[in-house]
Amino acid sequence: MIGRFLAQLFFVVALPVVLVAAWWAASDGSTDPFWPPLRTILDTFPDVWTADRLRTDVVPSILRLLGGYALAAVVGVALGTVIGSYRRVRAVCEPVLEFLRAVPPPVLVPVIMLFAGIGDTMKIVVIASGCVWPILLNTVEGVRAVDSVMLETARSYGVAGIARLRHLVLRSASPQIFAGLRQALSIGIILMVISEMFTANNGIGFTVVQFQRSFAIPDMWTGILVLGLLGFLLSAVFRLVERRVLGWYHGLRATTRRP
Amino acid sequence: MRGENVALGAAGLAAFLALGEAVPRLGLVKEAYFPPTSRIAEALADEVGDAAFWSALGDTLTGWALGLAIAVCAGVVAGVVVSVVPYLREATASTIEFLRPIPSVALIPLAVLLYGTELKSVLLLVVYASFWQVLIQTLYGVQDVDPVAEETARSYGLGTWARVRHVLWPTALPYVMTGVRLAAAVALILAITAELVIGAPGLGRQIAVAQTSQAVPEMYALIVVAGLLGLLINIGARTVERRALAWHQSVRGEVAV
Repeated sequence: MIGRFLAQLFFVVALPVVLVAAWWAASDGSTDPFWPPLRTILDTFPDVWTADRLRTDVVPSILRLLGGYALAAVVGVALGTVIGSYRRVRAVCEPVLEFLRAVPPPVLVPVIMLFAGIGDTMKIVVIASGCVWPILLNTVEGVRAVDSVMLETARSYGVAGIARLRHLVLRSASPQIFAGLRQALSIGIILMVISEMFTANNGIGFTVVQFQRSFAIPDMWTGILVLGLLGFLLSAVFRLVERRVLGWYHGLRATTRRP
Repeated sequence: MRGENVALGAAGLAAFLALGEAVPRLGLVKEAYFPPTSRIAEALADEVGDAAFWSALGDTLTGWALGLAIAVCAGVVAGVVVSVVPYLREATASTIEFLRPIPSVALIPLAVLLYGTELKSVLLLVVYASFWQVLIQTLYGVQDVDPVAEETARSYGLGTWARVRHVLWPTALPYVMTGVRLAAAVALILAITAELVIGAPGLGRQIAVAQTSQAVPEMYALIVVAGLLGLLINIGARTVERRALAWHQSVRGEVAV
């Protein structure tokens, strides 16, 4: 038991340790200004990302991301449920939605800057407008695929309205909805960074670009590390939430797979 | 029913375009922010007659295609090697899980420093972003190989290469194709982003230029082009997927119904 655990731990830790060690060794004597030694980067890290900067740059970035993401989730699931429930509505909307989804989200930044200026509203709207498509389209697919026998059963038992929506439609579409939410999360982070790189006076994206423009290279590297950590943490949190919400579904799949 | 769907879809598209014409004309939004459809169409026609537009489109497509090709080759090779060599999958799992969620745009400052506004900057971002899509799908695909088929091939004395070719690859191909389709869309997003933010030549830079020079209809026209490009890439990727998997159950089933 303990042997198995140790072996697993070894597999988890081994390659990251080797890679970091290789980075450390390869960059140690580096005089190339763009590739500073890892030692220097790590030394700079606590000086750059102080509690003060966490409050002025990291927290606003995360709040914008969460705001835009939440807005996209609400709009995407609501519209997706409506569009997915009615065949004709779906047929009318499909080509337009396909086109809107195909527009690369970052090009919306200049458009939304026209309408919303350069403040926080702009950034939240940019994030929401990019995240909404995967959520919307996946919700449509999920709602469309609700088992028709279950729908009939619900009808004959008189389950209707909100109860039908909550216990049947949204529940059976939830694996698809989560797939959309997962795709939207990475788009959200990309848009958060880009909207801040365009115009901002705080935020992680803004800070990293400032470092780059002032040739504070080790500081810039720490910024890249912070963005990497943030992406990793958010996806870990997402996985936890997903496991809780979709626990019933994964359990179901595991039992059907092993007869 | 199919004909009805097409008609409804066309009606939806027409309504969307009409709405785009009516909303600014009625003064619901300022025309300076959102020009009517006809103005955008006019600007689009102007762009199509302009040589600079075509060279920008060419630059964007070059960055997209080159980046995607590198990412697909690297992703498939890495995925197969990691799956076939014993213990490599366990050893790389944590690293892949850590590196994958790192947003590719975090590399923008580095790309600017290293390569400036060259094509290489675009490629760095495109390859990083689309590599993971292909790699992860390849890993899933290889995992799906039927152990009985694998054992059978082994007992018939097929070597490693023959097993990769005849057992592993046909099983993994549908997954790989999904990965390529996802990567194609991501590669376009990153190519245009790199041009928009870094200023590498291409459609993205044209959009940024139009925006800073207040050429609003041109900006919308270019965004429409970017959307159409995305649409074409999606359709193209789906077609390639269907052709490559013509023998596969999922596609044959689709045709039969």
